[in-house]
Amino acid sequence: MGITELFNQKLRVINLGVPLFAADLAQQGHAVTELDWNPPGGGDPRLLAALEKLEKVKDKVDAANRQVFLAITIAQPFLEGIARAGDVIPGMGERTLLHAGPPVAWKDMCGPMRGAVLGAIIYEGWAGNPAEAEKLAGSGEIAYSPCHEHDSVGPMAGVVSTSMPVFIIYNRVHGNYAYCTINEGLGRVLRYGAYRQEVLERLKWIEGELAPALQQALALSGGIDLRGLIAQALHMGDEGHNRNKAGTSLLFRLLAPYLARTELERDVIGRCLAFINSNDHFFLNLSMPAAKACLDAAGDVPYSTMVTVMSRNGSEFGIRVSGTGKRWFTAPANQVNGLYFPGYSAKDANPDIGDSAITETAGIGGFAMAAAPAIVQFVGGSAPDALEYSKLMYNITYGENSAYTIPALDFRGSPTGIDVRKVIELGILPNINTGIAHKDPGIGQVGAGLVKPPRQCFEAALLALAGTVDILD
Amino acid sequence: MEEKILVRPNTYYDSVTLMSASQKVGRMEGIDAALLGMGTQLNLELLGALGFDGGAEAGPNDLILAVRGVSPEAMERALAEAERILTRRAEQGSPRRAGLKSLAQAARLGAGNLALISVPGAYAVREARQALEHNLHVMLFSDNVSLQDEVELKELAHAKGLLLMGPDCGTAIINGVPLAFANAVRRGSIGIVGASGTGIQEVSVQIHRQGGGISQAIGTGGRDLSLPAGGRMVLDGIEALRQDPATQVIVVISKPAPPEIRAKVLTALEQCGKPAVYCVLGGEAGSGPAVKQAGTLLETASLAVEAAGYPVPALEWVGDALAIEAAGRLTGGQRYVRGLFGGGTLADEAMLLLRRKLGRVYSNSPLSSGEELADLGRSFRHTVLDLGDDRFTVGRPHPMIDYTLRLARLEQEAQDPEVAVILFDVVLGWGSHPDPAAELEPVLRRVRQSALVSGRDISLAAYLCGTERDPQGYQKQKDTLEGAGVKVFGSNAAAAEFAARVAQSVEGGQSSGNYGAVQPEA
Repeated sequence: MGITELFNQKLRVINLGVPLFAADLAQQGHAVTELDWNPPGGGDPRLLAALEKLEKVKDKVDAANRQVFLAITIAQPFLEGIARAGDVIPGMGERTLLHAGPPVAWKDMCGPMRGAVLGAIIYEGWAGNPAEAEKLAGSGEIAYSPCHEHDSVGPMAGVVSTSMPVFIIYNRVHGNYAYCTINEGLGRVLRYGAYRQEVLERLKWIEGELAPALQQALALSGGIDLRGLIAQALHMGDEGHNRNKAGTSLLFRLLAPYLARTELERDVIGRCLAFINSNDHFFLNLSMPAAKACLDAAGDVPYSTMVTVMSRNGSEFGIRVSGTGKRWFTAPANQVNGLYFPGYSAKDANPDIGDSAITETAGIGGFAMAAAPAIVQFVGGSAPDALEYSKLMYNITYGENSAYTIPALDFRGSPTGIDVRKVIELGILPNINTGIAHKDPGIGQVGAGLVKPPRQCFEAALLALAGTVDILD
Repeated sequence: MEEKILVRPNTYYDSVTLMSASQKVGRMEGIDAALLGMGTQLNLELLGALGFDGGAEAGPNDLILAVRGVSPEAMERALAEAERILTRRAEQGSPRRAGLKSLAQAARLGAGNLALISVPGAYAVREARQALEHNLHVMLFSDNVSLQDEVELKELAHAKGLLLMGPDCGTAIINGVPLAFANAVRRGSIGIVGASGTGIQEVSVQIHRQGGGISQAIGTGGRDLSLPAGGRMVLDGIEALRQDPATQVIVVISKPAPPEIRAKVLTALEQCGKPAVYCVLGGEAGSGPAVKQAGTLLETASLAVEAAGYPVPALEWVGDALAIEAAGRLTGGQRYVRGLFGGGTLADEAMLLLRRKLGRVYSNSPLSSGEELADLGRSFRHTVLDLGDDRFTVGRPHPMIDYTLRLARLEQEAQDPEVAVILFDVVLGWGSHPDPAAELEPVLRRVRQSALVSGRDISLAAYLCGTERDPQGYQKQKDTLEGAGVKVFGSNAAAAEFAARVAQSVEGGQSSGNYGAVQPEA
């Protein structure tokens, strides 16, 4: 009997509740651990009831989550090539614009997204100038749809139009695809809502010269294992969201020989390599669709409480959960807590925006902060804080991704697979690293920092998950 | 306004360090703008946007330090600060460490083998279940847990061979470790399973005083012996103590239970192969072949000590002298006992002993329905209050921790000219108030003083439930109370007996004189 066994052990107490009881034990020199306990769901009885309901089918939920976690972690996203968005992205009509985050109507779009829409319309030649573009944008002739509903992701405004070249990522284990545009660089760029001439010219250059060149190189490469690149980048100070120096460098190293072996002119190769070299975030547009390809393999598993999408459109934050399929759970997006470039401050900032939180959803980005201590300073933290940010995330995730290990945590796998139940129960929200966009179109990035999703998304998801139990059981 | 731009060739800093430093320096007094950054195209543009003139010669590997301020001194300070920030080595310590957030996590890390749960009842069930699922024994201090949840938790605990002490379990001593409200008592050969927290405290204290010691004291919560709960924890507790070689005598402190449950418990005790004492307050004393039955806590302790083979100290027989002396100082009309208790079972025991001599004793938790106190705010004739009743504790801590209500009630009772004796308990031990006598003393002095001024004396009798090992210091507590004119007794029964006899004396009744427990603290 276990009780008699206890009599033969040293009693070690875990205290939750009245701190005095723990203090009394400590004063006597007895072993005691005090929990940093908070009421689950902030004490909301509806959430508590939902947790209890899921508890009753715990075995099914755990099995579903195990399946989801496995899918995320065994997926093998490969960069296979580049193609025109309209040719490969499913469900993309001629006059469709994809955007970041959950669904949003033109009239509700934030400044940077409106700017990006105008830029994309002019880029496609659907309008000749910003005024005409604005008229067309609100005319009802343009269909707006979230990237996430088309196997795609887009950083910041995330606007994708039909002529834009996109990376094709293929998950060789599950056979699904993910797509993302090519990163344009820093400063005034479309993803931050800039649409002046130089921005559109750069996009045209990407379409006309960079994309075909990279396509040739990729064809020679036979596909690039992005999981392998991300794994290495995490050992080199990246976290795959706000720091992509290492990933970009590794990609550059891989691509350069293939580019050199193409029939392209030396000047073209030179411009392409210089462009990649000049942009520390070039790899972001690969870490994101890599994460997307893994997570899409984990969608639509009944009973699963694991998050498959976290994403923002600049007004609203939205999540999707495996067990509730395509349904969005949205709430107003938060402001980013971070550092601003000189000359800018919080009053210039747009609320949190972009599909890039897909990296955190897959267990990198803010979840792998311990791998990238350099960027913890965005929120005024120190190197030990970076470790704590990651350690905290183990509380709300299913498991550790053995492919993505973190040297500073003694090669512990990155915390992977956000469990809505744990988020609500412990009141710990995911840490997301992100850039800060200027609220006005066209100005660009004004800082970077850390942001949390609104709690309401997870609350709504939990309630909906508990609702599915009634239907499934 | 003046500005200064320095360029340090081939000096690399991470852009985040530089942004952070720019922000700090830019906020310094007398500084209008600051940019610390590598000479990238972006930073050169920013420099221009901030109105700085220069720095254009810097390349991506060169560090730019640009400040604009009201005076050369302000700029010097700013540049020195920039220097300091950029050369800063990692500071020791982090502002926030992620603590353990959940039982599941604590269990996975092997942080313990018993969870002491005292979170609000609405959350307690879930936490207790998780603890059990992670193979942790549980002491569930929380109340407001439904009987159905209690039964489910206890079934789970039983299936896993784990303790589920509670809900509403205030006291346990496991492996010599006092949990929540428990006294520091000697370890020994007597194992207790108790449905009452203060019952366990009093029995363990009395065992300690009589020279015995405690192997384990397992709390079960007050409803364990109800029909739905079926005495699961009591029976598992008996079984665990039966198997425990350190336990030679088993004591069960029961509550009134349905006959079939009581029979199950008695059968388990009879068959356990060890001497056993079964206590139910007000129950018939008697001895079966193996199980001795006791009707008071004091008696329970004495029988257990005797069964364990410790030499039972002779009780000091005092008779009526002390009570008669106290009664002699009272004036006409002073005839009632008022009991103010923090411990529920101590209140019950006091009521039992009082009504043997005085008849009806009114209470908020009466022994019989005819003794229900109509108005909780006003005592009636002989009254004993359990101030740990939920109706008194709304919005305030338990009276063993917070004496506010007790002090107010003490003053109230003392003003009643019909009151002869105020009887109260002071429970020491871990969990309880760190210095109750200090709280009580000034009020006790004042009430006695004001009674004397109005031409009456008032008899104050207290039971100090504790041992010399308790953190409050038993002797100090006793001295303080006695200094305030309180008669301090060595058992709850003795204090109650004294109060009963005082009331009886002033009524002119005949005392039986044969109760042996009147034992003023030696």
